[in-house]
Amino acid sequence: MGAELSRHVKRNLVAYIALLPMAIVVIFAYLGTMAWSVRLSFSSSKLLPRYDFVGADQYLTLFDTPRWLTSLGNLAVIAFFFLLICFLLGTLLAIFIDQNVRAESLFRTVFLYPYAMSFVVAGLIWQWILNPDLGIQHTMHGFGFTDFVLDWVVNSEMVLYAVILATVWHGAGLVMALILAGLRGVDTEIWRATRIDGIPAWRVYVSIVLPMLRPMIITSLVLLSISIVKMYDVVVAMTNGGPGTASEVPAKFIMDNLFERANIGLATAASTVMLVTVLLVMAPVIYSQYFRKSGRAS
Amino acid sequence: MIGMKQMVAVSAIAIAAATGVAKAEEPLKAEVIHWWTSGGESAAIKVFADAFNAAGGEWVDNAVAGGSAARSAAINRIVGGDPSTAALFNTSRQYHEIIGEGLLNDIDEVATKNNWDKVLPEPIAKAVKVDGKYYAAPVNIHMPLWIWYSNAALSKAGVEKPPETMDEFFAALDKLKAAGITPLALGGQRWQENSLFSAMLTNVGGGELWKSVYGDKDEAAIRSPEFRKVIETFISLKPYVDQASPGRNWNDTTALLIKDEAGFQVMGDWAKGEFKQANKEIGKDYGCIPGLRPDSPYVLGGDVFVFPKTDDAEQVKAQQLLVETMTSPDVQVKFNNLKGSIPIRADVDMSSLDACAQLGMKIMSDPARQAPDASQMMEESVYGSVQDIVTELWNTPMTVDQAVERFEKALKG
Repeated sequence: MGAELSRHVKRNLVAYIALLPMAIVVIFAYLGTMAWSVRLSFSSSKLLPRYDFVGADQYLTLFDTPRWLTSLGNLAVIAFFFLLICFLLGTLLAIFIDQNVRAESLFRTVFLYPYAMSFVVAGLIWQWILNPDLGIQHTMHGFGFTDFVLDWVVNSEMVLYAVILATVWHGAGLVMALILAGLRGVDTEIWRATRIDGIPAWRVYVSIVLPMLRPMIITSLVLLSISIVKMYDVVVAMTNGGPGTASEVPAKFIMDNLFERANIGLATAASTVMLVTVLLVMAPVIYSQYFRKSGRAS
Repeated sequence: MIGMKQMVAVSAIAIAAATGVAKAEEPLKAEVIHWWTSGGESAAIKVFADAFNAAGGEWVDNAVAGGSAARSAAINRIVGGDPSTAALFNTSRQYHEIIGEGLLNDIDEVATKNNWDKVLPEPIAKAVKVDGKYYAAPVNIHMPLWIWYSNAALSKAGVEKPPETMDEFFAALDKLKAAGITPLALGGQRWQENSLFSAMLTNVGGGELWKSVYGDKDEAAIRSPEFRKVIETFISLKPYVDQASPGRNWNDTTALLIKDEAGFQVMGDWAKGEFKQANKEIGKDYGCIPGLRPDSPYVLGGDVFVFPKTDDAEQVKAQQLLVETMTSPDVQVKFNNLKGSIPIRADVDMSSLDACAQLGMKIMSDPARQAPDASQMMEESVYGSVQDIVTELWNTPMTVDQAVERFEKALKG
């Protein structure tokens, strides 16, 4: 075992050396700062980092802060609908485009185009569209339909769905592109075989093709999940957390406390909670990926 | 205009002579971090830069867009050991922690020489004086709670004269509403909603309640019927705001008054800049109300420069020269005219100030009516929680009892 390991190291020495700079960056810049943030979350830091120890005080304050709890609840709603709609819509778009439609590249571009925009731009566009003074409602009133109401961004109850709408519009194209790439990789022999057996197309997709696309699906779900956790810019551009605290998200809570409210302790406690949540959610995914890879190598 | 410029130059030279800076010497370099990037703001800070350069300095401008970004940049530089010569902050507690850590130079020498104890209004002096020493140079006073109105909108609604009491204010709001004009223009952002609440606290509750709730965080005051009345009045303003209010920027909101589509707006004196740009005139097109009771407090906000710790004698000299030039009477008048605020000292020539600024100066000269801004009375994190309550109060059906509970918890906790 030991001999085998050292032979393995010797053989791949150059590769290890090449990886070293990246490893150093990861260890110090990512993991190091993460550890530092976690450390600060147990301190009483306000404007400047302080290295005292106050136990779980910041965490107790955090979970006693209504705005934080609202943010968590909002994120749960956004995560659920965003993942579900984005994934279903993206997959359906990919399947439709895969039917050898005419002007395929045009559709592909149209659907993927929103993803090329930053979240800030996407947020602003939808903010204008849904704003009662500028957008669709204003236009409809101009046409004489004065009872028409579309006020999602200024309506506390609908504002979260406005955010979901904007993010789905932004993200569905990415899922489509990934799944479409996977669909193109499916062996045509499989399609021929199922056609001979007379299996309906939807059944082939659900039972044969999509299970084959497992890596694509996992990749797109991971990418979507990441954009949920870091969701900040779209909310800032679209609603800035409002009306009131109706569309606040955890990342915005963290940024506000870090930079505007001089409350480093509370901000790092909040970001630690987010880190742990992400780890808990991602652990099974990461584990299964690693497990599969090492299984294949040996 | 030329006369003004020459005056500034002459006074700057006089200052240079007073501080012993010979013209022939290497100019004193001063890097200044600030966030004044809009048209009016950058014109205003240029007054400082020109005066400093004329006094034998070399102004190195470091503008960072956005207040919190600029302050973060300044603090990072200070903590990182490579501070700028000066940095802009709000007249608040933002910089008190870095004073506590010993990261700022005091400017006591200049302050004593210029008799700041006498010259500065008390709340401002309190905000910049820590442990008996001056650590920040106030450069302007903004009153964040002016009530602006559109003359045309008011007369269209049949409001004959601008309101002077809370009852008249509500009567005017009702008339505006009946006339189909948005009575109260509000940008539904946290800080603007907070300004509106603060205006209710100062105008319904009065200066004493303002200080006892926000300053002393007195439990009895928070639970008092007077404070409940403030919350109730704030809530009762909801029907007077238009539907598109949430998220609207303050300047877009002021534009509603400029276009005579709305009656009133509660906003700081920087709103004047918007009116001026639209070629509107005070008295003819729009007007300003400092408060809705005879003794309404004049809340003193504003901006200060702080001077990071350095042992470099040249830098210390540059810092002191900055303080001298920026707070000298002529520069103060010229700067504040462009900034829309009022000078930090009453011993200046007020004739060139506009009507609203002159009114403000007059009220401010009465010490009984001076009141510190909320940000000077509590830590930023506490003030943040207070603003969270206000925005929820405005946007959700929170009851008065719940609001009182939450105020008490945020202020005491």
